[in-house]
This record gives sequence, structure tokens and C-alpha cells, in this order.
Amino acid sequence: MSDYLLAVKDLHTWYTGARGRVHVLDGVSFKVRRGETFVLLGESGCGKSMTALSIMRLLPMQFQNNISGHVQLDGVDLLQLPEVAMRRMRGRRIAMIFQEPMTSLNPVMTVGAQIVEVLVQHTTLRGASARAEAVRLLDAAGIPAAGQRLDEYPHRLSGGMKQRVMIAIALAGKPDLLIADEPTTALDVTIQAQVLDLLKSLQKDFGMAMLLITHDLGVVSQMADRVAVMYAGQVVEQASRNDFFKSPQHPYSQRLFEALPELDKRDRELNVIPGTVPALDQEFVGCRFAPRCHRAWDACEKNSPAWIALPNESGLRCLLADATWSGAAPAPKKSAPMALNRTPSDTARGGEVLAIHDLKVHFPIVKGLFKRAAGYVYAVDGVSFQIPRGRTLALVGESGCGKTTVGKAILQLLETTQGSVMFEGAPLHSLRGEALRKKRREFQIIFQDPYSSMNPRMLVSDIIAEGMMAQGIEKDKEKRSARIDQLLAHVGLRTDAGQRYPHEFSGGQRQRICIARALAVNPKLIVCDEPTSALDVSVQAQILNLLKQLQAEHGLSYLFITHNIGVVAYLAHEVAVMYLGRIVEQGPVAQILSTPRHPYTQALLSAVPSVNQAQQREAIRLAGDPPSPIDPPLGCHFHARCPRVRQQCRERYPDPVTIGSSVVRCFLYSDATK
Amino acid sequence: MSASITKQRLRQWLLPVIALASVCAYIAAVWMYDLKTVWLWTDLLVYVLIVSMAAFFSVAKRRAHLREPLQRIVENRTAMVCLVVLAGFMTIGVLDSVHFRLPSGGAGDHGKRYAPEVTSILDLLMAQQRVQMEKTYASPLSLWQYEKVTVEYPDGRHERVYPRLQFGGAHIAPGAAHRQDILRRVASGVGAGLMMGGLIALLALGYAMSRHAASAREVVSGVMRATGAIPWRAMWLTLFLLLIALGVVWALAGEYHVFGTDKVGKDVLYKSVKSIRTGLIIGTLTTLVMLPFAVFLGILAGYLRGWVDDVIQYLYTTLSSIPGVLLIAAAVLMLQAYIHTHPDLFPTEAERADLRLLFLCIILGITSWTGLCRLIRGETMKLCEADFLLAARAFGQHPVGIMLRHILPNVMHIVLISVVLDFSGLVLAEAVLSYVGVGVDPATNSWGNMINAARLEMAREPMVWWPLLSAFIFMFVLVLAANLFADVVRDAFDPRLKRR
Repeated sequence: MSDYLLAVKDLHTWYTGARGRVHVLDGVSFKVRRGETFVLLGESGCGKSMTALSIMRLLPMQFQNNISGHVQLDGVDLLQLPEVAMRRMRGRRIAMIFQEPMTSLNPVMTVGAQIVEVLVQHTTLRGASARAEAVRLLDAAGIPAAGQRLDEYPHRLSGGMKQRVMIAIALAGKPDLLIADEPTTALDVTIQAQVLDLLKSLQKDFGMAMLLITHDLGVVSQMADRVAVMYAGQVVEQASRNDFFKSPQHPYSQRLFEALPELDKRDRELNVIPGTVPALDQEFVGCRFAPRCHRAWDACEKNSPAWIALPNESGLRCLLADATWSGAAPAPKKSAPMALNRTPSDTARGGEVLAIHDLKVHFPIVKGLFKRAAGYVYAVDGVSFQIPRGRTLALVGESGCGKTTVGKAILQLLETTQGSVMFEGAPLHSLRGEALRKKRREFQIIFQDPYSSMNPRMLVSDIIAEGMMAQGIEKDKEKRSARIDQLLAHVGLRTDAGQRYPHEFSGGQRQRICIARALAVNPKLIVCDEPTSALDVSVQAQILNLLKQLQAEHGLSYLFITHNIGVVAYLAHEVAVMYLGRIVEQGPVAQILSTPRHPYTQALLSAVPSVNQAQQREAIRLAGDPPSPIDPPLGCHFHARCPRVRQQCRERYPDPVTIGSSVVRCFLYSDATK
Repeated sequence: MSASITKQRLRQWLLPVIALASVCAYIAAVWMYDLKTVWLWTDLLVYVLIVSMAAFFSVAKRRAHLREPLQRIVENRTAMVCLVVLAGFMTIGVLDSVHFRLPSGGAGDHGKRYAPEVTSILDLLMAQQRVQMEKTYASPLSLWQYEKVTVEYPDGRHERVYPRLQFGGAHIAPGAAHRQDILRRVASGVGAGLMMGGLIALLALGYAMSRHAASAREVVSGVMRATGAIPWRAMWLTLFLLLIALGVVWALAGEYHVFGTDKVGKDVLYKSVKSIRTGLIIGTLTTLVMLPFAVFLGILAGYLRGWVDDVIQYLYTTLSSIPGVLLIAAAVLMLQAYIHTHPDLFPTEAERADLRLLFLCIILGITSWTGLCRLIRGETMKLCEADFLLAARAFGQHPVGIMLRHILPNVMHIVLISVVLDFSGLVLAEAVLSYVGVGVDPATNSWGNMINAARLEMAREPMVWWPLLSAFIFMFVLVLAANLFADVVRDAFDPRLKRR
């Protein structure tokens, strides 16, 4: 029996698209040892998920089994097996967890039935013994009161719970290899930390090998034994975790690290990878990364690099590592990232653009014929903060904590229940109708999903012109189109982009269009609602650079809503941490990130997987899920999950305590100051 | 240079020029033959429909989100074959939608006199079938009447015989070869159809050569090998088959009753062809009537929510819980009573029948808008959650602007899909309603009326089967073509089936 459990050799997968063959995988090779965690890393569209599906032979219909190469599991070539034999492999020898727990469970079957289904398929357990085994598996997956959960339907479970159920199902066949395709991407950081810990401990207990697919360098750092970086359907670099994080070899890997937003990169532009991942329906002549590579020279455009094996099972697909070519390579340019020019916004600050006080947004839950309010969702429950001119306030929190609601309430897109929103000293919350419509040019919003935030039936120039038309800016048609061209150039798009439709652009380009649209009315405040969370790391860096540059040029204020701590560290001046509709801690970014005071902030920061092993904070793992905003717990909202809970936390909500320049709402500090 | 520009201009304006020329030709004919044009309500609506379709396509050509699905339809073989068939039906429908009264000769007290009956262009083309009425039933292509009559001979003898038809096959001498005559006519009909097709093909060839600047050989081989995106070969094949069928029917209809005659000796072919217009009108005008309700109320309910939504919801749930047939019966019977009490408003029988047809369309529309309205309300609600609508609101865009610029274009695909899907259902509904007795006027030619009559004819011994068969064939071809076409339209416009 060899040392390797899974050996993928020269895997090719393709389908015939409208413009010829699309090689989704082009010669992918790697080996996974027993019991180790092997990570496939890459941006979207690089073929990570397709590798997993090819190994499982679960490719979509359009591929019509267009696979060649070898996938050997314990010496058995999976690609040669008949479908009947392959079915016995799936679930029994190889199990898979998918990204989206919401859709990978069948909503009309109970959790127990879905686990028992796998047990019946792959073991001899039946009836009561199968049920007992299902309880044991749920228990192993860390689900409390597993016996009762067995007869529940998936919709009663939270996202994290569902992913645990998926893991239990995957474990049911006691597989040798677990393929986890972005298992935590859809989850919040604190939940992600729980699930990653669970996967790690289960892997040890069951002695499984794990093929983990992710785009998150932090997850790689935390989980991997060995890493393979994929780009455009090929593996471009493979190394052990330590080597990879110490000195990434491939220019692409290097740039991925440099594009990560971090606290100590605040003063300069992020190093970006220009452009996007190439479409795979073309014939590649040279290196696939060459057009985006900062170290490419003319040889890269003509010669396709071969796989160069290096010691310690690592390897590289780059001409720089190839002895026949590397001699001609130009020395790496010292491309010191551009320092951000100190801006007028930092020096000449002129008061507060936005001040909200005790903002409350409660959504009524209506019942019955007469639509009586039977209860309320306390989405935002007393939030106060100010944003000075030219500064960025980051609103951080997990999903469901009400941060997006705050953004929409500020823009008066939602009815506020109570509290005041003062824009440049004038109240917004009392404006109605025409007065509010006229005022709207002062504040704009950029959305998370660049795909749904533009009308697909309108030309880009019409989309950008919409705000100007509605606000009566640049009524002259000539001037307006000149202004649109200017805006497009400003956000780094070609001016002919105006005559095209949104679907012709990539995610990053669309986000640029959204930014141009918001800028068209010369706003003073922009609410950025997770504008980069749908984008890849390299594209995220481009957008962050753009936002920072625009702030410097126009003195814009941003309310930046996000759950990504790295982005906060890079972009924000101030941070406010939200939990269940209230701000639990608020202060300057450096202070919050270095010395978080509130237990929730501490837990949140420690849950973020850090790229740098040395920087990884001491793990504080929160138990359970955030409570529901319909029925917030008595006392401090956080007490049920807080590791440092006291008696008084269960009785009333703590008052704000000012420590230095930050404000925290926790009893731990109220005693100290009294 | 300038010549090519002129040519291009010419091509661009080809269709409008043809339309204008035909209108001019009609006006000239009115003037020369001294016709009195009769403006029926449904005719006017048909014209409106044609104009708005033309407007839609000229807009769609410039909008990518409409052009792309249309492109997919144009490149689909089934759709284009169906379109050729539908175009055939539509041509007949349009020819039957230009109505006038012929002068009856002799001037009366108040100016000229006109014939009491209203005639259409189609009636002129089929004048022979319209006028040549037998006494009673005759089976297709027969020389003899279907029923025996008692003949009294000069010597006082009585005998029950099948009499010869007055018109059907009158040119054949008794005892001559009936079958040979039919075969000869079929052959000449095939020839005529081919010639007609060849003529059209030549015209199209000339057009294609000038447009693509290609030689005749290139164009023909391109079509025959089906290399282009548009399935021209299948379309030409369909057209030739249609023309051959037309030629054969034409050649036979000159001397025979191709589909026999009905109880009062009317030509069944003529009745079936006249029914095409009724079917098309019911299928298209009904949707035209209901669209404004459905789209306007649906978007309003979905966007404004609150009490507006409640009112509209109550309205359509109430409407859709009343049995549709009941409403239709009540409305049609009321209209009938109104027509009886105001005979002076409707000088001709055709106008009476037309009003009833229009009313049927309206009442069908009123009972059938609820489904589409519900769909549009749901889609609007979904769109309201979309970020681009929030963005529009964040810009301070006026609600009317949001509804017109953002919501309406994004629900248009649903409207289009439901219009084509409903068409065939409505054609069938007409048949059912006429069968129940609350459909179109009994004097109007419609497949429903023919089927209604067939109820008794099928119960006879020997059975009279041909009116039903004829109605069935015409209706089947129309509905099948419409259904297949609708399937393709739905697939092309369905965002979930978007191809990469």
C-alpha cells in the first residue's frame, strides 16, 4: 500500500462551449497522503471545484464525461470504474461537503432521514441501530441535543448547524478522503472558526485525508499541511504550508499575499494583480498568468512553462524556475507600492458629515386579518455614531447583526422607528417626499452584489446618467455624456464601456461602474455595503485602492459595512462593532484591533484566521449561534455566549463606558471606572 | 458609394414601402370600383396590433436584452417553421380584415346604394366558394348530393336518387372520368404551387444577392447546406409545402367543394378559411385587452404594496373565483339584448356580429388578466428587493420613473411569454364557448360554431364528418404551430435558461 491515498495525474476536463472547447482543467496533478490536509487555493474560475467534481465524477451534464487522465484512490483508477462501482465509492470512500449548506440539504426530509439514507447505502445498519449511529454522528459533529435534532427539518437549523449536519452526513460512510469545497465561505467568522476546528478534530479522530478547497489564505494557514495553488485550470505552485507562507515562489502566489489588505499596509496602495482570470475557451500559447504578471518578460508570452519539480514534493510552473529560461529573466523590479499622497481630507477636516443618535429600526411582524403587529424584529436597537468629513467608519459584525439595516436607515431607504439621523447638522429622518428626493444627491450607496445592483436592461451610460437625471444635474445632453466619460475614466474603465450592458463586465468592473454611478451626483457620504465581499482577493485590492484614492481626492466620507477584518484594518479610521442591533465597542481602528476590550470583539478578532501564524491570536471560541433579534435575550445580548459572563450581565444591558478614545458597553469595565 | 447607400436605404425601407404601396392600392381600388369601406371595430384593433408589433420589433432591434432572445428564436428551426405557418394564417386573417360594401347598382333616393352584405378582400378571392351554394350536404370532392331526393319523372314515376350537385364538378359529363379529373387537377395544383414558390424564391434570391453582395450560386448553396445561423432551408421547405397545398386546394376548388358542403349547402372550405380570422382575433385581441390591466395593476400592487396591493388582490381573487363561463354568458346575453333593442345602431349583420366578437374578446380578457397580473405582481415584488431598485431610490428617482424605467422592462419577458402561451388556449376557448352557445354570433364563421353544428351531424346516419374534420385540421395546424412557437419563445426569454 503506497503512502498516498489519492493520486491525481494529468487530469483534463473540458466541454464544448459556444466558441469551441473550454478546458476547465488542463493537466492537473497532485497527490494526497493518508491523514493529511491538502489545500487547493485559487481565485474563482480557476478550476478548484471542478477538480473536486472530476474526482467524484459528478461533473455537470455539459461535460458529457469529457475527462481524461488518472484519479487513483489506493491504486484504483476511479475514471476507469463503471458507474455502479463508482456509486459505491462516493460516500463510502470519498465524501464531499459543499459550500452552500442552505441548498445541499433536502428541505423536505428530516435531518435524521438524510443521515440514515447514507448509512443504509453504505453500511449494514438498519432501523434503530442506524438511528443510534445517526445520533452518534450528529453528536460527533458537535450538535447539541443530537437526539432531538434528528427529527427536525433543515429549515429549523442555522447555517452553521446545517454545515455540521452536512459534515455528519459526510462522515456516515467513514470515508478515507473528505473533499470540502469552501465549507465555511458562506458562514460568519465565529461560526467558521467553530467548523474549521471541528473539521480538524474529526480528521484526527477518523484518520481521514482532507482535500480542502478555499480562496482564503487565512484558512489555508490554519488548516493546511500542503498547498497547491491553481490558476486558470492548472496547478502553478505546490509546497508545504510552512514553505508556502515563508516564501511563496510563483509570482501569482506572491501577488496574492501582497494584495491582502492589512493594518501595516494602510499608508500605501495595495499591490494589485491587474486584470482578471482569463477565460478558458482560448488556446493558450505562453504562460497563462503572463498578461497579469509583474515579472513577465517576452519569453513568457511564447513559451508555456512546464511543471518543475522541486525538493520536498514541491513544484512550480513558471519560467523563472526553469533553468533554460531563467537566465534571461529580468531582475525583479523594485516596485515599491505607491505611497498614498497625504490628502487634504486628513489635514483639513471640517466637522461631522453624519451623526446618528439612538437610531432604532424595528420591523413589525404582522399577523392576522387586520395586520396587527404581533411582535417586532429589533434589527437596529439604539445605535449612535458620527462620521467626520473625509473619514471612514467601519461597521463590523456578523450577518444578522443589523449593520446593513443601519446603512439603509441612514439613507432613508427604510423607515426609522426612533432616533435621529443628522446630515451636516440637518435632520434627515423628518424629511419626506420632494425635499428628501432633492437631498439624496448628498449620500449614496454601493452594494455588495455587483450583479444585482444594476438594471440588466439598461446601458451602462444610462445607469450612470440615472442619478444625474433624477437630480437634475447636467441637464444638457452633451455635457452629461462628457461627464459620464469622465466618470468612467475616473474609476479606471474605458469610455466605450458606456455603450455596453452590465452583463458584459466582470465582477470587479461592475463594482467600478457602481462606484461611478454613485459619484455621478457628487455625494459627500457613501455607504459601502460590503462592496468587496463578492470579489476575489486580487480584484478586492483594486477596488480598495480605488475607494481610498477617491476619498483622498474628493474628501468623501465612507460608512464601510463589512465583516472582513483585513479590509477594516486597511481602510477604516474608526471601527464600530455591532452585535444584535447594538454597538458593543467603538473606537479608532488601531486601538480596537490591537487591544479589543469587549469579549465579543476579542472573540471576533481571534476567530479570523490569520495568514501569519505568529500573529494568530489566542483562540477564543464562541459556543452556539447569535440569538434571534426577534426575541433578544434579557440583559446584555451577548451573555449567553460570553466566556466572561457575570450575574449582572443577565439582568440589564450595560451602559457605555469611555476608555481612552474608545467606547465599550460591558460590565467588565464599568466597575473599573466607577 | 452613394449608390450603395441608396441601396441600403431602400432595403431598410422595403417593408414600410410595401405596406404603404398596398394601402395606396386599396385606396385606388376604393376609388375605382366605388366601394364603401366599413370600419369594423375588430379591424381597427387588428391594424393597431400590426402597427404596435412593427413598433415593438423596431425597438427590440436596438435593445440588446430583447434582441438576444429574438435572435435565439430566429435561429431555432422549429420556431421558424412555425412562424412560416403562422404567417400564412396571419396573411389570410389580414386579407379578411379589410371590409367594404360593394355598390349594388342603381342610385337610390339618397345617393348611391350599396349591397347589404359586408365583403372582405378574402371574400372577393373566394367569391366562387361564397356564392356557389348547393341545396344541402355534399361530401368532399363529390359530384352528387349526400342525401337522396325524390325525383318525379315526366311519366309520373317517382324515384329516390342522389341528384347531381348544381356546382360541384358540374363541368364533368355524366359518366366521364371523375377520378382522372381530380388527379389532373392535383398535378396542376402541385405545378402551380411550385411555380409560385419558385417565383418568390427568385425575388428573395435577388434581394439576398444585393444584400450580401454574393453570387446566386453562393446564396443557393448557403441555403441548401444550412450553413448560416438562420434555418433558411427548413423555412423554404415549409413555404414550398404550404404553397403546394395551396395550389392543390386552389386547383380543386375551381370546380369542386374540396371539403364538401354543410347542411344549407355552404362550402365548408370557405367557412373554415373565414374562421381563421375569428380564431386569430380571439387569440390576439383578448391579450391586447387584458395586457394594460394585468401589467398596470400588477406593477402597482407589487411596487406600492400596502392598501393598494390589498385592493388589487381582492379584485383579482374575487374575479378569478367567479366561474369564467358564467361571467361570459351573462355579458354576452346582455349584449344580445342590447343589440335587439337598438337595431338602428347596427346597419349590417356583419357589424352586429363584429360587436359581439369584440365583446367576447373583452370579456375573455377581463376574466383572464388575473393570472398574468398575479405573476407580474410577484415578479415586481422580487425586483423591489433587488439592489438596483434600491440604488434608484437612493438617487431620488421618482416612483413613476422607477416603475417605467426599471420594473416594466424587467417584467416584459413574462408578458411576452404569457401572450404567446395564451394564444392557443384562447383559440381553443372560443371553440368551447361557441359549443356551449355563448361564443361568437351564430352567423359568424368560426371553428367553434362548426364544431357545435357537428354535434348533430355526427349523430346522423350516415354520418357527416367533413365539417368537423375541416375545422379540426385548420385549428390543429394553427394551435400546434402556435404552441411550438410559444415553447421556443418561453425558452428564449426565460432568464433561468440563459445559455452561456
